[in-house]
Amino acid sequence: MDQDLKTELSKHGIFATSFEELYNWGRKNSVWPLTFGLACCAIEMIATTMARYDLARFGAEVFRPSPRQADLMIVSGTVTKKMAPQVVRLYNQMPEPKYVIAMGACAISGGPFRDGYNVLKGIDRFIPVDVHIPGCPPRPEALIHAFMALQDKISAQHLTGESRPRHLKQELPSEFPVPEFGEHGLEPAQNDEIFHNPLKVLQG
Amino acid sequence: MTQVAPPEAQQDNLLEISMGPQHPSTHGVFRMDVRLDGERVMRLKPVFGYLHRNHEKIAEAASYLSAIPYTDRLDYLCSMTNNWGYALAVEKLTGLTVPERAEYIRVIVAELTRLQNHAGMVGFLLQDMGASGTPLMYAFRERERVLDLFESLSGARMMCNYMRFGGVRVDCSAEWLSQTAKLVAGFNSFLDEFEQLLTGNEILMARTQGVGLLPRELAINAGVTGPGLRASGVNYDLRKVDRYGVYDRFQFRVPLGEQGDVFDRYMMRVLEMRESLKILEQALRDIPPGPIMDPKARLRGLRPKAGEAYGRIESPKGELGFYLISDGSPNPYRYRVRPPSLINLTVLEDMCLGHNIADVVVILGSIDIVMGEVDR
Amino acid sequence: MTLEEIRGRLQGDIPGCQAELVVNGSPSAQNSLLIDRQHGLEAARLLRDRLHLDFCSNVTAVDWPDQDKTEKIKTKQTVDGVEKEVEETRKTKIPGYLEVVYHLFSMTNKEGPVIVRMRTANRTDDVTLPSLTPVWRSAEFQEREAFDLYGVVFEGHPDLRRILMWEGFTDHPMRKDYVPPPDDDLEILRER
Repeated sequence: MDQDLKTELSKHGIFATSFEELYNWGRKNSVWPLTFGLACCAIEMIATTMARYDLARFGAEVFRPSPRQADLMIVSGTVTKKMAPQVVRLYNQMPEPKYVIAMGACAISGGPFRDGYNVLKGIDRFIPVDVHIPGCPPRPEALIHAFMALQDKISAQHLTGESRPRHLKQELPSEFPVPEFGEHGLEPAQNDEIFHNPLKVLQG
Repeated sequence: MTQVAPPEAQQDNLLEISMGPQHPSTHGVFRMDVRLDGERVMRLKPVFGYLHRNHEKIAEAASYLSAIPYTDRLDYLCSMTNNWGYALAVEKLTGLTVPERAEYIRVIVAELTRLQNHAGMVGFLLQDMGASGTPLMYAFRERERVLDLFESLSGARMMCNYMRFGGVRVDCSAEWLSQTAKLVAGFNSFLDEFEQLLTGNEILMARTQGVGLLPRELAINAGVTGPGLRASGVNYDLRKVDRYGVYDRFQFRVPLGEQGDVFDRYMMRVLEMRESLKILEQALRDIPPGPIMDPKARLRGLRPKAGEAYGRIESPKGELGFYLISDGSPNPYRYRVRPPSLINLTVLEDMCLGHNIADVVVILGSIDIVMGEVDR
Repeated sequence: MTLEEIRGRLQGDIPGCQAELVVNGSPSAQNSLLIDRQHGLEAARLLRDRLHLDFCSNVTAVDWPDQDKTEKIKTKQTVDGVEKEVEETRKTKIPGYLEVVYHLFSMTNKEGPVIVRMRTANRTDDVTLPSLTPVWRSAEFQEREAFDLYGVVFEGHPDLRRILMWEGFTDHPMRKDYVPPPDDDLEILRER
């Protein structure tokens, strides 16, 4: 619909929109995160919810303690190999549509602790990530920026057609296999269906 | 060790639950396997390791200087005191001396760290009791002011990476000192407001008095240090015992508790905040001009002589110690962190036996742990 | 009390106990006592009860791997009937061990540190040491960590199991010869 016509109609109190816009508007302004702080980035996440950098004004009004009631998992902090199966289990328990923000260098790729024997080199080895925030730790403003980027991503989603998101496609899985504790590390070390090692891709 | 054992017939009726690692009140990724008889705790075993980030192994593969940013991430709320503990251990190992102005700056930032840590601890304790975040908001409001000071001094809010072997990294300006003086002047009225809302509050008193008692002898034998030890009546504060830095020049008292319950541990934090303000006033008044680094210190290529050293400081959580063994090479041969939070947790089971499951959350909050330090 | 006096007390009061002074080369001047493992528990009780060292602050495990020592020795040998001086290279193996270091303080007398060490026989099959948890409860979690990350087995520990790694893990990661599992990224970088 023509934008000028829309503005003209709204001046008379008539609001014209598409079903898709309305649906996405409702979803993006009420994303409720899961209380899931792992390490130092969790403190910056808590600071973002406090009075100075209020995250509640963007719709993240309550942080739900139960994954069954949450839309968003902010993986804030280093994911260790001992913790990784619990992270994947929590992700599986969240109902669709669900999103993941990898906050901080440790959640993206292992961060400064990458050489550790107990450190998982990035949570995107096991679950799909929507937004990555670099930083160690990222400032609260960076987390707000990531939240707004997630809102833009949600509002750009189409409900029909080939480019519709994962939760509207019946054939794509919404639960991912949980890794087991092996004798020397996790088994499997990564989920090859969702993790595309960038170095291997470059190698050909 | 007190054990409350139910009669044999009831052993099978115990409910075993696992609190954590994802739980709103476990202060990070911490898990407790609790066995309950109804609501009373019969057995509690903590499970660690969910944040084991191999700090010691990484530090043994890196040089002495590059381990400093990793010490920031140990107790991630108090990065300045972590840096100081490590710098003290290396200074003992190498024999470097710190100039006076740097010592005063170290005391100022350490006491500021103690202020924001204790305020945060009280806020988190009240949130665990169900106060839904309001005291935490007040505490974080003051914490943000302290973090602004840290950011203007060292460049980062939380991971300051500020101390160096033989001094500090950058000097503070007169403007920074006057801003700190303004914060210290206003902090007393914040504490008065905080105490008026909290200390006489009947819900706080009913939930914390008589809960989680820690007897004196057990506290000493189990190696509990910090405010938890002093709440049980033991006068052992490393600032007075070891007199590291220039702490012997300041007049301050060491508050002691009587019973060692959660209320005493809460009051310890409040009283210690007031004593920290006294130290800050004196340090800001007396700080001399001068250099901030030992002229003999070489930052890069530090190769201490073969030997070992153990350096410890009074961090807001307890005694933070660093044990270093050097074999003459640029990397430490053995690098060990003595984590106060892990050792304070030795007595968690003893304090929780016989109490309700809701009290376990409050007792854990009163010990004040940070998982980055427990698991390293 | 100085370390020499403590050593004299230990060797005097506990029959068969051997304590050796280990001098520290650094400016910290923190020397330590090496106690033999058969009398470790008795020595700990003496230190706690008679010398009032009631606070065990830190328990550290250290890995000293086997070392090869090559030395060139001049020996006299008869070669074709003529006595000549020949240089021989001899390789000796110095066996390694695991060591546990205890830092002790006194809260009642505000003294310390008194540093005590115990060594295992070797790194492979005889890795037992007496547990000092019955004497100082603060050693409970730290000895479990030494067992988990180094493999030192403490006899007499009330609950010896892994603390930081998971139960099925088989390696001892802090040892100097630990090899982490193969990691694709690092192998690709090494190939380049």
